[in-house]
This record gives sequence, structure tokens and C-alpha cells, in this order.
Amino acid sequence: MSTTDAEATTSQPNDTTDDLTSLRHSRRRFGDKVFKGISSGSGTLILVILAAVATFLVGLSIPALTADAEDLQYGEFWSYALPFAFGTVWAATLAMVFAVPVAIGIALFISHYAPRRLAQGLGYIIDLLAAVPSVVFGLWGINTLAPMMRPLYVWLADNFGELPVLGWFFTGPVSGTGRTILTAALVLAVMVLPIITAISREVFLQTPRLHEEASLALGATRWEMIRQAVLPFGTPGIVSACMLGLGRALGETMAIAMVLSPAAVIHFELLTSSNPNTIAGNIALAFPEAFGLGINQLIATGLVLFIITLAVNMTARWVLSRRKEFSGAN
Amino acid sequence: MSKRIELKDLNIFYGKFHAVKSVNMTIEPRAVTAFIGSSGCGKSTVLRSINRMHEVIDGAYVEGQVLLDGVDLYDKAVDPVRVRRHIGMVFQRPNPFPTMSIRENILAGVRLNNTKISRSEADELVEQSLRGANLWNEVKDRLDRPGSGLSGGQQQRLCIARAIAVSPDVLLMDEPCSALDPISTLAIEDLIKELKETYTVVIVTHNMQQAARVSDSTAFFNLKAHGQPGELIEYGPTEKIFHNPDQKATEDYITGRFG
Repeated sequence: MSTTDAEATTSQPNDTTDDLTSLRHSRRRFGDKVFKGISSGSGTLILVILAAVATFLVGLSIPALTADAEDLQYGEFWSYALPFAFGTVWAATLAMVFAVPVAIGIALFISHYAPRRLAQGLGYIIDLLAAVPSVVFGLWGINTLAPMMRPLYVWLADNFGELPVLGWFFTGPVSGTGRTILTAALVLAVMVLPIITAISREVFLQTPRLHEEASLALGATRWEMIRQAVLPFGTPGIVSACMLGLGRALGETMAIAMVLSPAAVIHFELLTSSNPNTIAGNIALAFPEAFGLGINQLIATGLVLFIITLAVNMTARWVLSRRKEFSGAN
Repeated sequence: MSKRIELKDLNIFYGKFHAVKSVNMTIEPRAVTAFIGSSGCGKSTVLRSINRMHEVIDGAYVEGQVLLDGVDLYDKAVDPVRVRRHIGMVFQRPNPFPTMSIRENILAGVRLNNTKISRSEADELVEQSLRGANLWNEVKDRLDRPGSGLSGGQQQRLCIARAIAVSPDVLLMDEPCSALDPISTLAIEDLIKELKETYTVVIVTHNMQQAARVSDSTAFFNLKAHGQPGELIEYGPTEKIFHNPDQKATEDYITGRFG
């Protein structure tokens, strides 16, 4: 900042003099300088923060990753971390399966169906939902959602538990408390819903009027117009919204730690009382009792979560870039 | 294919604002009819009321009748979506769907009707529509490329091809050349002259030479004063409107004296 100020004061006289030397310095306007400084500074800051987090994770993970299995508090690292990694991805996937269609539906309703006043009110409520702390969602999950869902779980297990493929998901016995990975995923879905809805709504509202009219003039109904003009135009935005939602779902700690009674398992059963924990949930539960290399081991699972998130994001960007020339960006 | 349009006592509103006052006119089939007049006089509004695109704007509505070969398009039993399938429209700025290829753009209208067409039928329709829009030779090797990669004039002809692919009865054009360079404009004008063999063509234009070049009949719209509704001042054969108009306002506008 101090260099910016110094240059700004020296360029001041040049700006006010009338001779041609002032032309040479016209690029050094004070406001431009400040703005360039702030924006590139912020851009750099993000990289610095990310690098700092990555350094922390990698640095503290190495002792756990290189140590012998018998020295580690939780035993061999990968057999310890894998169920959590699986639980994280599984819970987040389920949450996205529930949340994305609903979020896009709400966003479309707000942007293209609802009368303006209702749309404003609804948008406000959705934003409010994003401000509810995850502890509250956790409590709601335990006290309200889990007991409420249990009869449905019993019904699902009775009717689909024996079937060939569906049996993998719906096999019994149903958890007595209803606190299963499905409940946790539903809580997660409610938590990521506002993020995905709010961003998708903004993107849908940005659809060029020209494209909507092109579709309508061809004789599209409103739904056809949405499929033809709004959704394709909004696809990159929807993907970004989902990535942000998925980021929250993957990293969510409190709600998961509260709702799940965890086990170290890898299976797709949605309704039983043995559920894989997530990485973040496990760190929260295990950290108070961890010591020595155990702490490093937990941090190493955090590194695994970091890598999963990064991989998902990069995959999404790669998928989008393949359709770049059809994105409508030009 | 080509059908006659009659506007009967057509009044057009945006909410409380009375945009166009009592228009009565008959638009002949197999001819080009041009709407001219200064900005804000309601000519585009009249055009958009013919395919019921006017009402997609919040609070916009119409009183009076628009008859397509005798059928009132504003009858309660008429579905605006079906009206638009019979009356195609080309906009001021080329608007191919950016997420679709050239081929998909052409087929966009056909796909809407939920009709399944075979690949060979689709191929044939794409070629026929692009030929109809004088674009086939320029794009036949890149039908799977995005439509947004074409030049402005080519994009506009792509939009015309997209509109004629559903074989409409009428083609409405809202200043189709105003965003184009003179050479592209010429290409579109040549195309318009061909299109009138098959369709009823209505074109809004700010370019008086263009109206004189392409149209058979011309309608001149004007405002009495700012804030007043637009009105149809004079309507007749283009030759007469440009050389021997009945109204002084028309003559002033044609000769460049606004009053």
C-alpha cells in the first residue's frame, strides 16, 4: 500500500500540468492504481490462503503417512481413512441427489413462474435458510427428522429390502432411532438447498431475453422455452452452484457428527444402524481424544477430504470446458 | 401456406399505457408488407401482436381482432403457443441458440412439437431450410459447429432458416438488418424477395430505401405527440406511399422532414 501512495503523490503534479510530459504519465491515475492494487491483492490473497492450508495439511500429514502402522493410534492409515472417505462421498452424493432437482425447481419457480411479489418473498426465505447454523440443523435432524422418517424407513425396508438391486440400499434391520446416513443426507440436502437455489435463480434471471423470445416465437410452451433457452444457458452456473453446495456437503461437520452414530464400514445400506462416518464428522468426534501421531492421522484424513473436493471441482471444470464453444459466452 | 392477415380495430396496451390506437389493415399473402415510422410509434408493437409475442411482456394486452384467414388469433379458445407455430418471427438482433449447433438450431422448432422425425428426414429438413435461407453452401461443412460462430449476417439467415423450418404461414421480421453490414443486408433483402413466393412477409424497418426495395405495400405509423398512442397514418402500395402519398405526415417522413 505504501508504494502505491508514494507513486500516486509523485504522479499528481504531472496530471495537472498541461505540457506533453503529462501524457506519458496518464496511465498512472491514482484511482486505477488503488483499484488494481486491491483487486490483484485479493486475487493473490486467495492463492496464499489456499497454499497455507495445503502446506499445513501436507506438513502435518507426512508424519502419519510415513509412520509404521503399529505406532499409529488408529492403526494403518488407509484402512482407517477409506471408510470415512467413502462415507463423505456417499453422504454428499445422496444429499446432492435430493437437493439439486428441488433447488433447480425452486429457482425456476422464482425466476420464471411465480408472480413477482411471491418470488421476492420466496427468495428472501431461501436466503434466510442459508443463515441457519448447522448445529440447529443437527438438532432438528436428531429430534424431528429422524423419528419422523423412521416409519418410512420401515416401509422401504419391508417393500424393497429383498429386491435384487434395491436391496443393497434398503435392506434391514432398520435403525431404531432413524439416525441413519439417509437422515444425515436429508439434513445435508436441506443445508445445501439455499446455496444452490440462490445461485441458480440468479443465473436463470440472467438468461438473455432475446433467447427466451427466440424460443417462444418458435411456438415453445413455457416449459419448452426453459428447456431450450434457460437451462442450456444456465448450465455452467448450475454446475458452479452445485460445486459450492457439494463443497458444503462434503465438508459439513456438525450436523453429521450429531445425527450419525458411526461405524467404520463401507456399504450402501441407507436404513441400518451401521453407517459410515464422514471425514469431517469423524475429525470432530475423534479430535478430543487424539494424541501424538493420532492428531497427524486425523489431519491426514483432512488432506484426503481436501483432495476429494479439489478433484470434484476440477472434474466439473473439465466437463464444462469441453462444451465451451457451445456455452453462449460469445 | 401463405395466408392473409386482417387487423380489426386493434388497440395495444402496456399496462395503463395505450401504445397503439385502432389499427385497421389487411396484409396480403404472397407479398412483402413493410411497416415504417419513427422510433416509438408502435410498428414493432403491432408486428409482435400478430404472433401474440406482445403479451409475453408483463401487463401487456391487446383489444380488437387479428384474423389469420378469417380465424381470430385472440379468440379465447386459441392457444398463443399454436399461433406462434404458424407465424414465424425474426428478430432485430440475430439470436441463434448459443448452446446448439447449426443443425440443432434449425431443428429446434420441429423438436418442440414433440414430433419424432427420422435422421434422414431431419437431414433433408436442415438442408431444405438452409437452402431456403441461402445459407446452405456456406455452412454445409460445419453443421455441427455452434451457430454463434457464424458472422452476424449468417446468424440472421440461420434464424430465418430456423423460422421457415416449421413451415409457417407468415414470417414476421422486426428490423432484421439493423445490426448487419450492407453486404449482409443485401443478402437478406434478396432472400426476402424469394420468401414472399411462399410466405406472407411483414417487415419492420427503419431504412426507407429498404422498404422501397423489398416491399409491395407499405404502412406508415406515427405519433400525434409524445405520450400519445401510435397510429396507422397511411397504408397502400409502396410505389404510391413513396411517390404520391395522400397524407402530409407521410410525405414529410419519406422526404426526411419530421413534423
